[in-house]
Amino acid sequence: MSDARTFSSPLDTQSVRADFPILSRVLANDFPLVYLDSANSSQKPRQVVAALEEHYLQHNANVARAMHQLGAEATAAYEGGRDKVAAFIGATNRDEIVFTKNASEALNLAAHTLGASLKPGDEVVISEMEHHSNIVPWQLACERTGATLRWFGVTGEGRLDLSNIEELINERTKIVSLTWVSNALGTINPITSIAEKAHAVGAVMVVDASQAVPQFPVDVSTLGADLLAFTGHKTVGPTGIGVLWGRYDLLASLPPFLGGGEMIEVVRMTGSTYAPPPARFEAGTPPIAQSVGLGAALDYLAGIGMDKIAAHEQAITAYALEGLQTVPGLKILGPTDTVDRGGAISFELDGVHPHDVSTVLDTRGIAVRAGHHCARPVHERFGMQSSTRASFYLYTTPEEIDALVDGLGFVRSFFKVD
Amino acid sequence: MQLDSLYQEIILDHYRSPHHAGLADPYDVEVHHVNPSCGDEVTLRVELDGDVVTGVTHQSVGCSISQAATSVMSDLVIGKQVIEGMATYEKFLELMQGRGNVEPDEEVLEDGVAFAGVAQFPARVKCALLGWSAWRDATAQALAKKEGATNV
Repeated sequence: MSDARTFSSPLDTQSVRADFPILSRVLANDFPLVYLDSANSSQKPRQVVAALEEHYLQHNANVARAMHQLGAEATAAYEGGRDKVAAFIGATNRDEIVFTKNASEALNLAAHTLGASLKPGDEVVISEMEHHSNIVPWQLACERTGATLRWFGVTGEGRLDLSNIEELINERTKIVSLTWVSNALGTINPITSIAEKAHAVGAVMVVDASQAVPQFPVDVSTLGADLLAFTGHKTVGPTGIGVLWGRYDLLASLPPFLGGGEMIEVVRMTGSTYAPPPARFEAGTPPIAQSVGLGAALDYLAGIGMDKIAAHEQAITAYALEGLQTVPGLKILGPTDTVDRGGAISFELDGVHPHDVSTVLDTRGIAVRAGHHCARPVHERFGMQSSTRASFYLYTTPEEIDALVDGLGFVRSFFKVD
Repeated sequence: MQLDSLYQEIILDHYRSPHHAGLADPYDVEVHHVNPSCGDEVTLRVELDGDVVTGVTHQSVGCSISQAATSVMSDLVIGKQVIEGMATYEKFLELMQGRGNVEPDEEVLEDGVAFAGVAQFPARVKCALLGWSAWRDATAQALAKKEGATNV
């Protein structure tokens, strides 16, 4: 068993957990669920599900185009979600919030619209620690336009290698697109100072905030980003909705992404004109109930306080880093202290493949992720094919970390790697 | 969800010392298959003599189930006619998709019967099939190549 170690958090985790019925489930062989996969998808509190239910059962209709009373209610509910998102991330203008189906679509939207003006000789800069969603759309944009894709490397400690930043971000750079918090390494990147470099050469700064928005307070008015993407389902919200925030003047200068209903001004057979943002980027029936659910999710997080959630995340990550490092043969991928580090810890266990680690933990009710976590290049950087990842959120308890550490001891004995 | 039914000793033995591991020459076709959701990768070479599988060698990175299944698969198909190997695959596939309700035929599947427990772990079935999919692909290509050469 793990030794009792000190743990202190400003959150009352037990009362938080009462809002998440799934966390009380008991799985096969009477093991209680230990959910350590929140960086993959977070669980949902009753409040979010209640908001979805209320919307579908009482206010459901299409938005904008429906001229009846329910249509007006649904439109108000959908647009109310936009107001809540804007307030949550510090956007001064609600029209800067574009709803997409997920963060991947938000980044693809950015790559298609911003990328449309790229030319041969132009450069796009990303990093080796990106999620595939922030690699592949830019590879495709560069293939379409003849622009060149370049990237920051990653240091042995799992930090962005900024040693060649002066050369990497230069007068040819048109777009810099980086993750704020690495989903595999947990590293928090210095977005504001990199954005300054990008702006100094006239480049646009795109930020993948999928792992940031759930974990700590975000203020786009001071961050330095020009575009920022995140997803609803990692912020205790529903699946099926993502967000692209953009500076209004930038959004207004971009061409449409998908064509269809509601994104137009006037359609003639000879050509069309397009609506201003955000409608320009929201073709077709949008994720209406999901906007309502996301609004309820952000209300829930704001009600607890993102500063407290961030402090809890730090405390539980510190506790986990300490506990994991007591497991013989375990190597952490990424920073081993909590400085500029988020709440996802990937590791390898000597002699046992990550799939086998996760299967054995799963039989003890412990849910982790195994594989390359949609970040194959950073695994390759560390000479690894895959890893096991444990990730934490506002409902994670130190007892669950203890269960993980004990479970890893069992994995080692089961595979006889002692 | 019983661990011992998944990780039978036979599987762990094949994992620790896989048969026919290490790519060998000569060969007719080499393929590289990946499991994109988890990152398991296998490179596999096939050599045919007429319609008989004379050689299968492989090099892979992956979990115990995928490595052991590739090892067992190699044992099962080497020396057999292609059509027999494909029939064995069908039996193995049936076992994998049987959710634990299929009684494996040891005459046909030999060490492959040890994978019966995998069928109860749906997330791991694809691990057990990776090597087989590589072998089927490589063999189909090798046959097509020989046919093409005969027709010239």
